[in-house]
Amino acid sequence: MKTSRFKAPLLRRLAALLTAAILLPGAAHAALKVFACEPEWGSLAKEIGGAQVSVYTATTAMQDPHHIEARPSLIARARNADLLACTGAELEIGWLPVVIAESGNAAIQTGQPGQFMAAQQVPLLEKPAVLDRSAGDVHADGNPHIQTDPRNIARVGEALARRMAELDPAQAAFYQARWTDFSARWQAAITRWEKQAAPLRGVPVVVQHKGFPYLENWLGLKQVAVLEPKPGVDPSVGHLARVAAQLQATPARAVLRAAYQSPRPADWLASRSGIPALALPFTVGGNPRASDLFGLFDDTIDQLLKAAP
Amino acid sequence: MLRPALLAAALTAAFPAHADPQLDALRAELQELKTAYEARIQALEARLHKTEAAVKAEPAPVRAGFNPDVSLILQGKYAYLEDRADRGITGFLPSGAEGPSRGFSVDESELVLSASIDPWFRGYLNAVLADGAVGVEEAWFQTTRLGQGLSVKGGRFRSGIGYQNEQHPHAWDFATNSLVYESLFGEGYGQDGLQMKWLAPTDTFLEFGAEAGRGGAFPSTARDSNGFPSLALFGHVGDDIGASNSWRAGLSYLHARPQARAFEGRDPGDVDVAGDFSGKSRTWLADFVWKWAPNGNATQRNFKFAAEYFQRRESGVLSCDDAGVNASLCTGGITGPYSADQSGVYAQGIYQFMPHWRVGYRYDQLFRGDVVFNGADAGATLASLADYDPRRHSLMLDYSPSEFSRLRLQYSRDEAQRAIGENQFYVQYIHSLGSHGAHKF
Repeated sequence: MKTSRFKAPLLRRLAALLTAAILLPGAAHAALKVFACEPEWGSLAKEIGGAQVSVYTATTAMQDPHHIEARPSLIARARNADLLACTGAELEIGWLPVVIAESGNAAIQTGQPGQFMAAQQVPLLEKPAVLDRSAGDVHADGNPHIQTDPRNIARVGEALARRMAELDPAQAAFYQARWTDFSARWQAAITRWEKQAAPLRGVPVVVQHKGFPYLENWLGLKQVAVLEPKPGVDPSVGHLARVAAQLQATPARAVLRAAYQSPRPADWLASRSGIPALALPFTVGGNPRASDLFGLFDDTIDQLLKAAP
Repeated sequence: MLRPALLAAALTAAFPAHADPQLDALRAELQELKTAYEARIQALEARLHKTEAAVKAEPAPVRAGFNPDVSLILQGKYAYLEDRADRGITGFLPSGAEGPSRGFSVDESELVLSASIDPWFRGYLNAVLADGAVGVEEAWFQTTRLGQGLSVKGGRFRSGIGYQNEQHPHAWDFATNSLVYESLFGEGYGQDGLQMKWLAPTDTFLEFGAEAGRGGAFPSTARDSNGFPSLALFGHVGDDIGASNSWRAGLSYLHARPQARAFEGRDPGDVDVAGDFSGKSRTWLADFVWKWAPNGNATQRNFKFAAEYFQRRESGVLSCDDAGVNASLCTGGITGPYSADQSGVYAQGIYQFMPHWRVGYRYDQLFRGDVVFNGADAGATLASLADYDPRRHSLMLDYSPSEFSRLRLQYSRDEAQRAIGENQFYVQYIHSLGSHGAHKF
């Protein structure tokens, strides 16, 4: 009796272990590991992949995606990624090349299907005619801040869903179904946003950084001034004063900045000229309301409507 | 399209087919109009589809820049220094480090080319241009497709040991090198050989590397051999703490077998001597880096702390003799057993207190330790190896109008040589032209 009491749990445990060993490899489908450079692509991958993907987002909405350190943690996460989802168009040029080179991950190297660049899926605005650093930190391929137009999110999402299906054929139908569902909801939301934003057409605005050309293009906002004298160059007091003087002649209705940018220049101009300074979330996580892609545009439109006549 | 069709239908309904030949003609004319309209609209639609497809099919180029990426670093400085015969580090065999020049001088210009070679390799060249000479600092290929976290580098490259070693002078946080690197390697240790690195599949950064090289530079020497006299091992670990902090720590080991490594020095009577060392040189390096930025957004304010500690043991045979006509303690030539057990440390903090402006402080301290030559303290024969612990304080302020330019002011209190305390002042510029280089952590 004594021995059997000792043996029984042991045997049972062994049997359980064996069963687990046989069942687990089939049961646990390894999730597609996505390394997203920016929160918007991380959110998009989650919308498409649901429980079948595990997403690591390299940056937050409070960080300037131009200026990120190639931190050890990023290299370690890139090492195990199946898919790298980034903006491209030189936005991450100061750090991503190091992360990719140091990752030792063959799947995410340039030219591999595991490297997905969102900017390649949409037509880019503001392609510079002349490439010269005297013009500031300009991007040769065009303005990379494509995520401020929801129609771009749709374009990128369609390509991303295809890419995820290509990398993980077992879940291809799952990704496609989720994409179709998201896409329908997204198109409906775009129609709603466009209706809400109708009064914004032609509204003149000032921007802190040239981060919103796609948003302006979508809603018909008119950018009348930029606080940065050159892209990536902080505004000096003299330059701000000139912008303020310019606004006397061509008034604007709001000054826009991204959540990660210093509030000082926009706030200074706002107090000086009496127009609201709007801290737009810019990407998912930019403020509490922008907790997902829908919230991002709900909040952006609501804030912009403060500038409507 | 709709309107002519409707009109035609209305007309047909209003006037039955047999009504009038005039009506038939009108009907035919309308039919013609309708066909023409439809054809034009179809053509327009086709053009629209074509344009849409073209917009979709025209992806933005991955890189519109040059292939390969080319960048050029221009650097130079003005140094206000005392008039000294030499700036050797007391207590340590000279590494061949070149001291700063007085007055205005153009430092080496670095030309950097890098690109993917093909889907399997990437290549990198760093050439330094100085008066009458072009030096190849680095020229290597690296595998990109081995996978499993593995990569192999081959050619001439900066060794992966330590923290600062892989950085070229333009990436340093001070205008001058630390005493640690000056005494260990001159500038930084380069290998002609192979490097293999493996990154562990963990969420915490964990990297191991091994190198085998020809050992052409101090503390090693080039030798006529088929082997790999210079071996290096290193491991790095790093992670984030919250969104604001990240760190990396490392431990490295360098084994070298110098043969007839020449040096120059002075005897206690200040007479020049020269000689060489053959034997084993083993260096341990421990490094730690910590970076802070509020919410990980380094554009406004950020802080960086870096420290490295080394211990080097050398043992073998040292010879010395008169360097000139004057008789020294080495006259006639002395060859005897030599052993040194030395260490050193530097620690630095760099704070960006507002955009573009950084201030930094570095403290270098070397410990001469035990240096024995021919059974006695080496200081008895060679004053340049006298028992003295060199140190240096450096304070800097730099301003970077953009990512591509930097101007720096530096003050150093240099006590690297026994009985000398020198106040040094530097003004430095570093400019980079061409493609945007990505810097390591």
